[in-house]
Amino acid sequence: MKSLRFISFITALLMTAAMAFASAGAGVSEPQENEPDVAHILFSHIGDSYGWHIADWGGRHIAIPLPCIVKGTDGWKVFMSSKIAHGHEYEGFFIAEEGEYEGKIVMRQPDGSLERPFDISITKNVFSLMLSGLLLIVLVLSCARWYRRHDGTDDVPSGIAAAFEPLIMMVNDSLVKENIGTDYKRYSPYLLTVFFFIFLNNLLGIVPFFPGGANVTGNIAVTFVLAACTFIAVNVFGNKHYWKEILWPDVPLFLKFPLPIMQIIELFGLFAKPFSLMVRLFANILAGHAMILGLVSVIFVTVQLGLVINGAMTFFTVLFGVFMNCLELLVAFIQAYVFTMLSAVFIGLSRQEADAHGEE
Amino acid sequence: MNLMSPDGGLLFWMTVIFAIVFFILAKFGFPVITGTVERRTKRIDDALKAARKAEESLAGLAREQEQMAERARAEQARILQDAAAERDRLIAAAQQQAAEEAMKIMAEAKARIREEKEAALRDVRREVVRISLAVAEEVLRKELASEKEQEDFAGKMFDEASKLHS
Repeated sequence: MKSLRFISFITALLMTAAMAFASAGAGVSEPQENEPDVAHILFSHIGDSYGWHIADWGGRHIAIPLPCIVKGTDGWKVFMSSKIAHGHEYEGFFIAEEGEYEGKIVMRQPDGSLERPFDISITKNVFSLMLSGLLLIVLVLSCARWYRRHDGTDDVPSGIAAAFEPLIMMVNDSLVKENIGTDYKRYSPYLLTVFFFIFLNNLLGIVPFFPGGANVTGNIAVTFVLAACTFIAVNVFGNKHYWKEILWPDVPLFLKFPLPIMQIIELFGLFAKPFSLMVRLFANILAGHAMILGLVSVIFVTVQLGLVINGAMTFFTVLFGVFMNCLELLVAFIQAYVFTMLSAVFIGLSRQEADAHGEE
Repeated sequence: MNLMSPDGGLLFWMTVIFAIVFFILAKFGFPVITGTVERRTKRIDDALKAARKAEESLAGLAREQEQMAERARAEQARILQDAAAERDRLIAAAQQQAAEEAMKIMAEAKARIREEKEAALRDVRREVVRISLAVAEEVLRKELASEKEQEDFAGKMFDEASKLHS
């Protein structure tokens, strides 16, 4: 009975998702055009934007304006994104419609060329990151509060602690402890943060309406920072054995001297590992968003093909959309899991002692 | 819009936000939770171990108790046996004593009866003698009324006596 209710809830959620995408898609398409610009819809949703566009209702754009923070030729400027929305210009700043800086704030130089200012605007993705970060802090701290209160007792966790404990201990025990070994305690907070940060943002990305729906973990800047953190964790705390394996590996001499072939390969691997982390997460989430958006767009593309085809396509699209969303729920977890597990594995390799394994 | 080139602003904010989130969670969030859970796990493990040990000692205690009961039962049986033997011995002794006593009393009674009987016989004999003498006196007085008869009788007696002595 409970699971049935859960499934129907999820289904309702996903239907709403499809509808929200639909309305959003309809809004992005230009009213005067008959055919929706699917590529534009797609890229505007999986990319970043200065305002948070929610829906169009009765020909009106409903969007949350976000602060733009730019440093032009004459110092810092802070203004709301609504000032530059829909092609408006504010103090020389406007959003480029095309060209190299398409979709970004640019300023017009005296000679007529466009230049990109130093731009640290609170964009949709930044705002979404702030919200999810805040949400994560609130969730985990309220969970931690329960433990602080019940330390030294054998009380069974209740409420939010009961929901989080299995997940936290699963990551802590089967990912962190398993892969890092004895001094796992040092890395467990980082890896737990990474896991829940990615997981929460993935989940929020699936929610199609505000405050979800931003393609945060499918943005390469976000995954770059996460991968860079793992890179630091691996290489800053790597032990002597780890560096010896890179700089003077256990291979025949001609492979490392006078031509440092192995060293070059190892150094390449040093950067390839976090690079793979970055691209894997980015590509998976991006692909998921693109797939669902593309599916929903099918409904609007087929409008011109007549009622019957459109109806049938809508039916299958919704069916497929439900399936894709369920798949994305799975992917949201798997990608967070994989990122954390590989980070733990890389850290574990950098902490391995010479006698633990012959060579690695 | 290039998806593959990271945006500087987002990079900056992501770094800031992730650093803040990481700092707060790593300081006040996850270590508290994992620490508490690990302590709890350890405590439960210890409690289980203690329970197992208690169970073992309890089993040992039960075994000891069983042995004690066994010993007590053996002791009881032995004591009962002893008591029975003692009882039999006492009864036998008492019976023997009683028999001896009875024998003695009987012997005494018999002796007394014999004495009484003899005394009685003596009395009877004396009486009989007295009565016979009286009867004989009466008879003699009647028969020896005449002189002659007295002489005959004396003669007869004399004969008889002489016959008896010859």
